[in-house]
Amino acid sequence: MAPKTIIEKIWDEHVVYREDGKPDLLYIDLHLVHEVTSPQAFEGLRQKGRKVRRPDLTFATMDHNVPTINRFVVEDEVARNQMTALERNCREFGVPLADLNSPEQGIVHVIGPELGLTQPGKTIVCGDSHTSTHGAFGALAFGIGTSEVEHVLATQTLWQHRPKTMQVNVTGTLAPGVSAKDVILAIIGKFGVDFGTGYVLEFTGDVIRRLSMEERMTICNMSIEAGARAGLIAPDDVTFAYLRGRKYAPKGEAFEQAVEKWKQLCTDEGAVYDRVIHMDGSEIAPTVTWGTTPAMSSPIDGTVPYPEEFATETERKAVQLALQYMGLKPGTKMTDIAVQHVFIGSCTNSRISDLREAARIVKGKKVAPGVRALVVPGSQQVKKQAEEEGIAQIFIDAGFEWRDSGCSMCLGMNPDTVPAGEHCASTSNRNFEGRQGKGARTHLVSPAMAAAAAIYGHFVDVRTLYKEAVR
Amino acid sequence: MEPFIIHKGKVAGLDRANVDTDQIIPKQFLKRIERTGFGQFLFYDWRYLPDGTPNPHFELNRPENEGATILVANENFGCGSSREHAPWALADYGFRAVIAPSFADIFYNNCLKNSLLPIKLPKEDVVYLLKQAERSDYELTISLEQQVVFDDEGFTSAFDIDPYRKQLLLKGWDEIDLTFVYEPYIIAYEKARS
Repeated sequence: MAPKTIIEKIWDEHVVYREDGKPDLLYIDLHLVHEVTSPQAFEGLRQKGRKVRRPDLTFATMDHNVPTINRFVVEDEVARNQMTALERNCREFGVPLADLNSPEQGIVHVIGPELGLTQPGKTIVCGDSHTSTHGAFGALAFGIGTSEVEHVLATQTLWQHRPKTMQVNVTGTLAPGVSAKDVILAIIGKFGVDFGTGYVLEFTGDVIRRLSMEERMTICNMSIEAGARAGLIAPDDVTFAYLRGRKYAPKGEAFEQAVEKWKQLCTDEGAVYDRVIHMDGSEIAPTVTWGTTPAMSSPIDGTVPYPEEFATETERKAVQLALQYMGLKPGTKMTDIAVQHVFIGSCTNSRISDLREAARIVKGKKVAPGVRALVVPGSQQVKKQAEEEGIAQIFIDAGFEWRDSGCSMCLGMNPDTVPAGEHCASTSNRNFEGRQGKGARTHLVSPAMAAAAAIYGHFVDVRTLYKEAVR
Repeated sequence: MEPFIIHKGKVAGLDRANVDTDQIIPKQFLKRIERTGFGQFLFYDWRYLPDGTPNPHFELNRPENEGATILVANENFGCGSSREHAPWALADYGFRAVIAPSFADIFYNNCLKNSLLPIKLPKEDVVYLLKQAERSDYELTISLEQQVVFDDEGFTSAFDIDPYRKQLLLKGWDEIDLTFVYEPYIIAYEKARS
């Protein structure tokens, strides 16, 4: 048999029907659902008298709209309607739901892995572009639109063209203070926001192998910011150890059998990718975005660029508009950019290890005057664990607000927003104009960098803090 | 779905790259549970000033773009969030097609489900169309059947589209109905795996 990439292996395993001149009909193993992109899909089913084909392969939660403080008081009537609609739809169609009362509630891309629903080799979809997160387990996971949500609800399948494959090989060793977030920001900074369009990415290399599951999720989460609907990492012992004992993971002998099967999920020797790119992890510095796309970033020891430095007219114009929006002057040192808000949370960086990393920086210190700092755990389980470990107290003592789980300030569909013209150090994934609030100025960073910005009131190079800690 | 066969209409230019779906339809308008009525919120933060009056500098607010049904933009149009509210808003506003050198994958698929035709054209053709779109009387014709875009002045450019999607658009078929034809294969697949 011809050698295959892991991407092709998972794909071929899920083809229900194949015919020349048509996309493949692909079976979906897990369909995650949230309140914002599902109401029109359920309504579509209702209008046609259709049912959900496999409610047992479907799992819903609410995360985008939920307030992270006084969570049971949703003052926004339209938002409340959307949450009520999800409850009604799940009841009517028999779909399991982790609602606000559930200890399992959280951001959909945090709870899928946490509950062991996310497993190697699965095809996973959700009406949410950050579904790529689940690829960290060696699953083929991608975001879909609401019409596709309806299609999956009705048929448990999607018509999909076989994607192109790309290896993203990250070699070397990361310096202390450099995180998974910096790796993916550096990759996007180097190759652009659309190098992954039409591809599924497989992240490989020494740097990737040494990452924890949660760090791998951060990397795969932001594949979509490179234009790739899906990014994945072949499963290994780290993956299996993470999954063992999780609620929906196989148990006992079945788990051991599953592991044997999962071990086959790797790219064969001699398999050919459509494209291969390289990144030297040793060269990556803590990274901060200065613009309005995730590729507009600089190492922390760099400066805000001049538009003239860019090659094309389209780029120069984009940079000019971005700097105008961000209120930044070319040549400004990244460490001189002051922040008024700090947000530690989102499906990119709100897991327990992210909070631990941030707490290491914060411990025994105070949030700088004039800075509002929020920690929003990715799930109620993460929240509980952080409280038990004493991490929550470290944040509270330092002057951070400690919240309930939800998407929160990542997209400001709920009461958590950044006012116009103010700067926010954010561990989220998108620094688009208006993403965190109209006129909000977002800088994407790692949890450690966000924590340090909260303490100092401006960006600092966390590598120096780590050096001091070692001394 | 409304069929798309041939369309002639006025062209509006949006000479920006990486237009993300957060711009196309900002998040405060995603809370509705219907598919309709999003056009009024299209490009809201660019289209309106803080006091709620139209921003005269925004491309679509220029008088020459009034009544446009074809939007021309730059690279990576529709990147970011998977929200189908973006094509819903564009279609509800009155657009029947978007032309760009490249599109984000999820957005591209979402357009096809809503009879909003996404057309990839070579960069030089997009540059030409952006220039022409500055005129108030510039019109294009799009033939999906022939897979070609042309004007009355000699410009013509062919585009690619997946034959399966093309068929669905030409006929205006409901894709789910069509997939149910393949249900025996789905049942067989589920049986084989259980």
